[in-house]
Amino acid sequence: MIGFVLRKLAGVVATVAVASLVIFGALYLAPGDPASLLAGGQQPSPEALAEIRERYHLDDPFPVRYRHWLTGLLSGDPGASMVWKEPVTALIGARIGTTMLLVAYASLVILTVGVTAGVVAAVGGRKVDQALTVITTVLMAAPAFVAAILLIWVFATTLSWFPVYGSGSGFVDRIHHLTLPALALSGGYLAYVSRITRTEVRAELASDHVAAARARGLPRWTVLRRHVLRNAAPPVVAVSGVTVAGLFAATAVAEQAFGVSGLGSLLVQSAARQDLVVVQALSLLLVTVFVVVNMLVDVLNAVLDPRLVREGVA
Amino acid sequence: MTLLEFENLRVSLGDRPILRNVTLSVAAGEAVGLVGESGSGKSMTVRSVVRLLPEGAAVTGAVRFEGADIASLGAAGLRRMRSRDVAMVFQDPRAVVNPVRTVGDFLTEVLRDQGVNRADALRKAAGSLSEVGVDDASRRLAQRPYELSGGLLQRVVIAAALLTEPKLILADEPTTALDVTTQEEVVAILDEQRRRRSVALMFITHDLELAAAVCDRIAVMYAGEIVEILPADRLHTEARHPYTRALLGSRPGTVPPGQRLRTVPGVPQSALTAPPGCVFADRCPHAEDRCRDTRPAFRGSAACHLLEEVR
Repeated sequence: MIGFVLRKLAGVVATVAVASLVIFGALYLAPGDPASLLAGGQQPSPEALAEIRERYHLDDPFPVRYRHWLTGLLSGDPGASMVWKEPVTALIGARIGTTMLLVAYASLVILTVGVTAGVVAAVGGRKVDQALTVITTVLMAAPAFVAAILLIWVFATTLSWFPVYGSGSGFVDRIHHLTLPALALSGGYLAYVSRITRTEVRAELASDHVAAARARGLPRWTVLRRHVLRNAAPPVVAVSGVTVAGLFAATAVAEQAFGVSGLGSLLVQSAARQDLVVVQALSLLLVTVFVVVNMLVDVLNAVLDPRLVREGVA
Repeated sequence: MTLLEFENLRVSLGDRPILRNVTLSVAAGEAVGLVGESGSGKSMTVRSVVRLLPEGAAVTGAVRFEGADIASLGAAGLRRMRSRDVAMVFQDPRAVVNPVRTVGDFLTEVLRDQGVNRADALRKAAGSLSEVGVDDASRRLAQRPYELSGGLLQRVVIAAALLTEPKLILADEPTTALDVTTQEEVVAILDEQRRRRSVALMFITHDLELAAAVCDRIAVMYAGEIVEILPADRLHTEARHPYTRALLGSRPGTVPPGQRLRTVPGVPQSALTAPPGCVFADRCPHAEDRCRDTRPAFRGSAACHLLEEVR
């Protein structure tokens, strides 16, 4: 098991390393001259441009710049934003709490409602199953920005239950502000998790070992918990992990739509303004979070089903 | 004393008959073998004892366990019967033991449900494992199914079946999924343990010799019907139904090496396509007109019009 975790960790490091090269390289090749952007709107003098190029190491060859960037990152200083003229760490630090809260909120909704709906659809009989299929199909088909507009219209402007805009301050107020963004964000994912859960639970219900457990006179609930849900869990956990990891990037839409100041909206704004330093740092952060969450899911799945560890060895 | 009784049991799925007319009784401590081709209804007969039939199956006739009609059992009564009185041993142990739980979990879960505490349940499980010849029981309890061989796992299933001290064991081809070398061991263990505890057994198999070795009586099934019932020790000498004889004749040992093996001519009839007359008429070498027109009643030990003629 320890070997399994170490192998997974090595995989995480390798993936992030490759991703850092790709991210840095992609933005290096992107069109546009960061120096003229940094100089501001006016026609900059050649001396000023040269000075900026010097300060941001824009004239160095690619490997040197990459190494420079990487050592900065590893020592905890990814540099300063070109647009905001603030350290990237400060920009991220001010927003990461909101984004994490939003992701946690949306994840909670996705997992509790999605898994419950999936299990109910699988065991609840035909009518219930059909009703839930219709609902999840609609949810899947509605993108987050459409859901956001609908939610704002119904719950914010018509009913005035929730604020239209902003991140809020203090825990309760923040939860209040983040409810609509979290709902807008979770819809499609929730439907997806619910469908996967339904399929997996169905497959387990039809399996021989579940029939055998029934034949042994175990109560319905025990069979469902110990044999159906327990065995259906690994694929559901895997899908949920990818979903939660993906939420960090997906928050961009919900944060923009609801004017929430988080990492997603920072990424969108920075990309629009060609703020390379911020975009690079955020992209790598998102990749890292994605890979780490997936690793945690793999480890959790190995605990749930030890056969996975053995297959990893073979 | 009669423990289990099937009386004119008919099971159908929609318009499709699965069991057409099964009448059979099993005495306490008796072993009855159910033999017949695939699709003849052996498994369904056995499964109807614990009401483990496919969804939507319509049942007429009666299955009585200790005199009580199984159809009249409520949910609690059915669970009680399944967990205490009747145990099942299935064909493929790999498929029926939950792959992600430990052997100990599998063995103890029914006891735990009955209120036995964990330590006692584990002790009983370990005891049951050593009785079926599984060494190193404490280590086995912590292992998972994929760490055990098929033969070993089937012993675990047998140990689980014995653990709740049932009155009847239903064994549905318990050796079909195993290696030939482990088959005999597993059957020997099942046979020995059930004799020692005088547990009744219904034993499904394709293998006539095996059935004769383990069982007291043999019931031969064809197309959802029992066509002949006879004592195991007189299987070879007194089999009178043409189908039983054809089965006996198609064992590999009946022809000299190198010659083509004998088979029962024709295609197995299913309960769905069974004709109005005798179910075996279209494959029977002796069939006459009346065989095709009227269903033979069960007379003595077999359902055949020609018991007197065919010798």
